Amino acid sequence: MTKKISLLLICIAVLLAFVVTGCSPKQDTTAKSSEPISIGAVLDISGPASSLGIPERDTLLMLADQLNAKGGINGRPVKLTILDNKSDETESVLAVKKLIDQEKVSAIIGCSASGTSLAMVDTVTKESVPMISLAASSKIVEPASDRKWVFKTAQSDKTVTGKIIKYAKSKGIERIALLYMNNAYGDGGRQELNKAAEANGVKIVFQDKFEATDKEMSAQLTKIKGTDAQAVVIWAIPPSASIVTRNYKEIGLNIPMIHSHGIANQSFLDLAGDKANGIILPVGKLIVAGQLPDTDPQKQTLVTYAKDYAAKYNTPPSAFGGHGADGFNLLVQAIKEAGTDRGKIRDALEKIKNFTGVSGVFNMSEQDHNGLDESSMVMVEVKDGKWTLIK
Amino acid sequence: MKSALAVIFGLVFLALPFFVKSNYFLSIFIVIGIYTLVVEGLGILMGYAGQVSFGQAAFFGIGGYAVAILTTRFHWGTVTALVAAMVLPAVVAALIGRPTLKLREVYLALATLAFGLLVHTFFNEGRELTGGPSGMTGIPYLAFGDLVFNRDFKFFYLVWALVLLVFLGVRNLGRSRVGRAMRAIRESELAAEANGIDTSLIKLQAFIFSAFLAGLAGGVYAYYVTFISPSPFGFHMSIQFVLMAVIGGLGTIWGPVLGVGLVVALSEVLKWLIPKLLPSAGGEYQIVFFGIILILVMIFKPEGLSHGWRRKAPAAEEGAGRLKATAT
Repeated sequence: MTKKISLLLICIAVLLAFVVTGCSPKQDTTAKSSEPISIGAVLDISGPASSLGIPERDTLLMLADQLNAKGGINGRPVKLTILDNKSDETESVLAVKKLIDQEKVSAIIGCSASGTSLAMVDTVTKESVPMISLAASSKIVEPASDRKWVFKTAQSDKTVTGKIIKYAKSKGIERIALLYMNNAYGDGGRQELNKAAEANGVKIVFQDKFEATDKEMSAQLTKIKGTDAQAVVIWAIPPSASIVTRNYKEIGLNIPMIHSHGIANQSFLDLAGDKANGIILPVGKLIVAGQLPDTDPQKQTLVTYAKDYAAKYNTPPSAFGGHGADGFNLLVQAIKEAGTDRGKIRDALEKIKNFTGVSGVFNMSEQDHNGLDESSMVMVEVKDGKWTLIK
Repeated sequence: MKSALAVIFGLVFLALPFFVKSNYFLSIFIVIGIYTLVVEGLGILMGYAGQVSFGQAAFFGIGGYAVAILTTRFHWGTVTALVAAMVLPAVVAALIGRPTLKLREVYLALATLAFGLLVHTFFNEGRELTGGPSGMTGIPYLAFGDLVFNRDFKFFYLVWALVLLVFLGVRNLGRSRVGRAMRAIRESELAAEANGIDTSLIKLQAFIFSAFLAGLAGGVYAYYVTFISPSPFGFHMSIQFVLMAVIGGLGTIWGPVLGVGLVVALSEVLKWLIPKLLPSAGGEYQIVFFGIILILVMIFKPEGLSHGWRRKAPAAEEGAGRLKATAT
């Protein structure tokens, strides 16, 4: 009996604790001039998408340190709160609410993957907080009328597929085969490639998929041998992308192989070995920063970021870290111009033009909350195990 | 004294949204409420009827997808879609239940596990219907006439009203003929059969009921997040539900809410604590803590936390602990 009562008392005490913490006076986000500016980030630091979230976190931490060392934004330091959503959508929703209510953030960066980003869209829209996603799916910022508060820095699938199809046409390729990974990434690529191919009069003569965990794709590749495809497009990330590449050479297919930007990291090259030589892919300029002509508007930005990141973390930067850097820098730019009011930051973000970032030159508009076009990507070929710019 | 405190507890709880202006805290309670619906159903299945299901996330997902598909693709009303979200998993459970529940113990667990994987694959592959791995956006808010559940405090009341209804239902069930029959099956299926209980029918009913509640929770979840994709409905979620049920204690009304509350609250506390202790650590360290807690519970309170605070457990419920200790 007494135990039951003490349990109830504990429960009431816990509830009262919530009441007390919840009652804390609402902080004004447009507060005094010396107070830190609170920025939040929700990233996929652990779980399946951690290879994206970790370089993003490292980049954000590095940039925030650099910014604060230089005196912050208009004399105010930046307080960056990074939460891990464990690549889980429910956790993302909880995390974003925590940032808005507890940390009183002015804006939010995240998430790393498309699913987790989409899960936060409703909350930031309801709460009127600007959000910059670092993920690929075009659904995150479209339709523009429903995504007033949402921006993103990674190139959309649409941009990548446009680049691939234009490249194919320039080489006189009119019939292609498509192999894609059976997940959100591969599915997004499949949809956009079909659209881009149709719009440009290129025929997809064969399409098939494989699982992210498959260890052998010869069956699908053998079927391509029987078609009249002039090139194969593969939409996947390592390790399965590397396995396809090895199988491709092993069964003796010799038409050009075009990959997506998802393989642009060292682990792909390590796993595919010398079988990777000769493959072609569209990619952000970061991995070939040193080979860019000096006239390229992004060259300076890219080289600086790559140098800083490599110096701090002893590893070359990835495109994902670059998406994080762009999200952070766009936000800093907007806050510099508009102050810390959430609505004004949003308006300022939407007006940003000719902003030179790592992933490209951003030109935001009311209709386009990504702001990147095909000039943000280059075609790269793997030669002798190195990324080589196709001029 | 006891009931007075319970009333105070209830009143303070209901008044929470008036004091707690933080949507973050409210959303924690909402998530606890949604999971509680699932775990109450699982508690009936495990604690009363003695059957384990590792496929509960599948029913949760079917409910969620029913709402998403019916409202966005077929433009059903939001309330009718929620009803469908409860009925559809129940129908699926009825169809697969007959053959599945003939299996016992570990074979039943394996069958439900396979079912969970199957449904998860369907969510990923049924592109035209489910949106595939990219999921579906644009789920509308739940609306009863003019009352639109578009803010967290409204959702808080909706979810906990549903939980309260389920509490009452489960309490009555436990005292009914069916409830007693279920407990008899848990103690000894053979003895129950010998006493004229149609064990496969009772087990089927418990299974359908748990699917019904999981579907309801899934529907509410879809209306709350307004976005759905296959990833929250995978195998690890099914495991989490079982974990919550076991930690809270089986065969009690309060066990599920206690188990869910502990797991969700702990996960939030760790999210705040771990970066302070180990700045470079990610969320995977939480799993270590959950593992430790599960082990401690199994060692010191194998019958679950809610049992520890009860008065001397009635004879019928003492068995639950023993069964649990052997089953898990």
